[in-house]
Amino acid sequence: MQNTFPLWKNLFVVMVLGLGLLYALPNIYGDDPSVQISSTRTTQLNDDQLNLIKETLTAQGIVAKAIEFKDDQILVRLENLDDQMKAADYLKSALGRGFTTALNLAPATPAWLRAIAAEPMYLGLDLRGGVHFLLEVDMDAAVKQAEERYVGDIRGALRAEKIRYASIAKVNDFVQVKLKSEADAANAKAVLGTEFRNLKLSDGKELFVIEARISLDEQKQIKKFALAQNMTTLRNRVNELGVAEPIIQQQGDARIVVQLPGVQDTTRAKEILGATASLEFRMVDVKHDAQRAAKGKQPIGTRLYRERNGKPILLKRQIIVTGDQIVDASSGLDQNNSAAVYITLDGIGAKKMGRTTRDNIGKPMAVVFIENKVETRISNGKKIRHKEKLEEVINVATIQGVFSKRFQITGLDSTTEARNLALLLRAGALAAPIEIVEERTVGPSLGQDNINQGTLSVFVGFVLVLVFMAAYYKVFGLVANVALAFNLVIIIALLSMIQATLTLPGIAGIVLTVGMAVDANVLIFERIREELRNGNSPQASIYAGYEKAFGTIFDANITTLLVALVLFGFGTGPIKGFAVTLSLGIMTSMFTAIMGTRMMINLIYGKQRVKRLSL
Amino acid sequence: MVMLKQNFDFISKRKIALVGSGLLLLISAASLIINGLKLGIDFTGGTLIEVGYSEIVELESIRSALETHEFGDATVQHFGTAKDVLIRIKPREGVNHSQASVQVLSAINSSSEQIADLRRVEFVGPQVGDELAEDGGLALLYSMFGILVYVAWRFEYKFALGSVAALIHDVVITLGFFSVLGLEFDLTVLAAILAVIGYSLNDTIVVYDRIRENFRNLRKGTPSSILNNSLNQTLSRTLMTSLTTILVLIALALLGGEIIHNFAIALLVGVLTGTYSSIFIASPVVLALGVRKEDLMLPEKEGLDIDTRP
Repeated sequence: MQNTFPLWKNLFVVMVLGLGLLYALPNIYGDDPSVQISSTRTTQLNDDQLNLIKETLTAQGIVAKAIEFKDDQILVRLENLDDQMKAADYLKSALGRGFTTALNLAPATPAWLRAIAAEPMYLGLDLRGGVHFLLEVDMDAAVKQAEERYVGDIRGALRAEKIRYASIAKVNDFVQVKLKSEADAANAKAVLGTEFRNLKLSDGKELFVIEARISLDEQKQIKKFALAQNMTTLRNRVNELGVAEPIIQQQGDARIVVQLPGVQDTTRAKEILGATASLEFRMVDVKHDAQRAAKGKQPIGTRLYRERNGKPILLKRQIIVTGDQIVDASSGLDQNNSAAVYITLDGIGAKKMGRTTRDNIGKPMAVVFIENKVETRISNGKKIRHKEKLEEVINVATIQGVFSKRFQITGLDSTTEARNLALLLRAGALAAPIEIVEERTVGPSLGQDNINQGTLSVFVGFVLVLVFMAAYYKVFGLVANVALAFNLVIIIALLSMIQATLTLPGIAGIVLTVGMAVDANVLIFERIREELRNGNSPQASIYAGYEKAFGTIFDANITTLLVALVLFGFGTGPIKGFAVTLSLGIMTSMFTAIMGTRMMINLIYGKQRVKRLSL
Repeated sequence: MVMLKQNFDFISKRKIALVGSGLLLLISAASLIINGLKLGIDFTGGTLIEVGYSEIVELESIRSALETHEFGDATVQHFGTAKDVLIRIKPREGVNHSQASVQVLSAINSSSEQIADLRRVEFVGPQVGDELAEDGGLALLYSMFGILVYVAWRFEYKFALGSVAALIHDVVITLGFFSVLGLEFDLTVLAAILAVIGYSLNDTIVVYDRIRENFRNLRKGTPSSILNNSLNQTLSRTLMTSLTTILVLIALALLGGEIIHNFAIALLVGVLTGTYSSIFIASPVVLALGVRKEDLMLPEKEGLDIDTRP
């Protein structure tokens, strides 16, 4: 009897191995230090910028390895880290604020490999360094804000219909509308019912009282919108921070994952991501005494604020312009060399500001800085969401002349604060406050250590297994070793192809696979030995060994795969990485350990009359 | 060629094994109840900061710096080398944890001539910690259940019970090992425990497969002798695979770095107990449940009819 594979089977194995080698290849080329330029919301990259970049680099004597323009991004590859830093600085000032420049390590994959979509593995943050944040959106606050908006809308609707009301206010989880007569109540109900289809109206306990609740569908919508809006804002903010390849993803109903590779200054990242700072412009109430209002009751139509030095100040309730109407903001120094933010308003804001300043020349106007903070603290063993709203008047200035679209504000503590405020105003406000519920930061030195240690342990584990197998199973062991090496190559190729994130636990998964992948071969070889002991011929033993072991290998691997799938389903981040490499390893090892070794064994022993197997 | 002794009487030794396993399980359970597990911040919430120095650093100076900055309850220890320091802050009342890492870093830098290189920060909020613990527990339960169903379907319910008994044995002893030695139990260790389940099951299935085959092919023999034969026939494979796996795990434990050290340790303990349990627990349980030849015969023709069970 002979053991041979049909030609197509041999070709198939060779082809898979060839593809594996090809797609694993990009991983050996390393990275180019590079500068990545992308456009912001208001700008678009085109050939002008490309030329400007080339000119700037030439003027500074920096030689770029390559400049690539694609997907609305320009990537400048450089020779070394020094050039990278210099180029980033020069390009930043040359391009101006409309574009984001970020430092990046771009894979140095040759063009011919990139042409067939071969890319290196995507390294997780624990290997390349960076920050991972899990942010939770305060959904209750989003709904509460919507209720507050309805208070204003209901007031407007009733006024428009000339229905007189006693009061409209938010109570607990509904809006309470108090009316003055039975007829008014009926009319109001009819008006509200047609105007606000998303409100559920019911009669209150008292007479002539309507309670309006936001329907569950609408609440769901509000939450969905808050999440989407927050993700957009976060994306804008991250772009402003200048991070290459950020990941911003929804997780569950109320959470957002933000991953910033390469970012080290987590303090600033946290400040910027979580901040809800915004501005309001209000006129100062000069008719009443703020000191007295601070002690007693505030006059109607005013609100009491405090300045940064703690002094009370009375402002008019009516807001002139809010942060939403700001389309651009930049920081700088004013004529007195103190920090300032230059503001540009949209059309409506500019009109309002123009009208207000024209009517109020010589009167003081205030800039209110608002910040919402939210965090969960443990108190008496219970989790309590702690909210804080900081409102302070950062600047009071007398209106000297009419201004509308463009103007500057001062009164900020430092240039850093001015810079952050300008950034936040540009990027837009968060629809609802967010809280950082998980952070994982890995420094670049640790990332490199992790890569080194991971690779070393894979290597050592691999060599140990090779030696052991060769010593115990002789030629068959060597065959298994070749299969094992190809198994590694195919795992790496697959990880590169699907661009799964490789994490440290992922490397551990690969190591474990190396240990377990030989299991299939051990099963087969032990079976062959058994068949030989039972007095079968070498060829028949090879045949029977592979046949009989297959069922066992299949059953054993399916159950392990089952566990890996559960791991994938329940695990987060790093654990998922482990599950991915483990399941890939199980599947590839089935191929290499069964088909791969069979092909080699067939080629070595298949066609001859063998008296003894080297096993 | 190394030949292993192929006629060891495993089944008759099952009483001794039972006593040994029982003792280990008892110790594990007792320690888990009394000491519990030393849970990492993945589950408890809190902040962990790893910093590196260019020279050897005294822990006392870091501790006192933290004390003066109101982080007196922080635990400070060397991590791997005397140049690396790990600082842990427990979740506590009135502290803004997402800012704690920044404050800690400035505190230790302000009181030392050496500037610390921030290597790693992990902050887990209290709400996330609970969820991770819950998800982990669920993952264990679901994988056990999935295995129970799969093995019952592929083999028979007695085998399903046997394999799950072996798995519980392995998981409890591995957990007990971590509890007794006070090793930190974090997300990666949980992943290792799940991997142990996968591994130990792999071993068990290989033995079961052979038991099934022998029941079908051998006309004679008591169940206990068939089990014994099957165990002996698969013994060299069981030991070989365990050895190769243990070799790479030792490499991982010694060279893989501190972060996955405990992961590798958990796997090592798990692979050892898994190998043992696939021989001394999984098969004896099947025997104790009264396995018969008829349980494993290929289904008769009517077995091919559509299964109408719910």
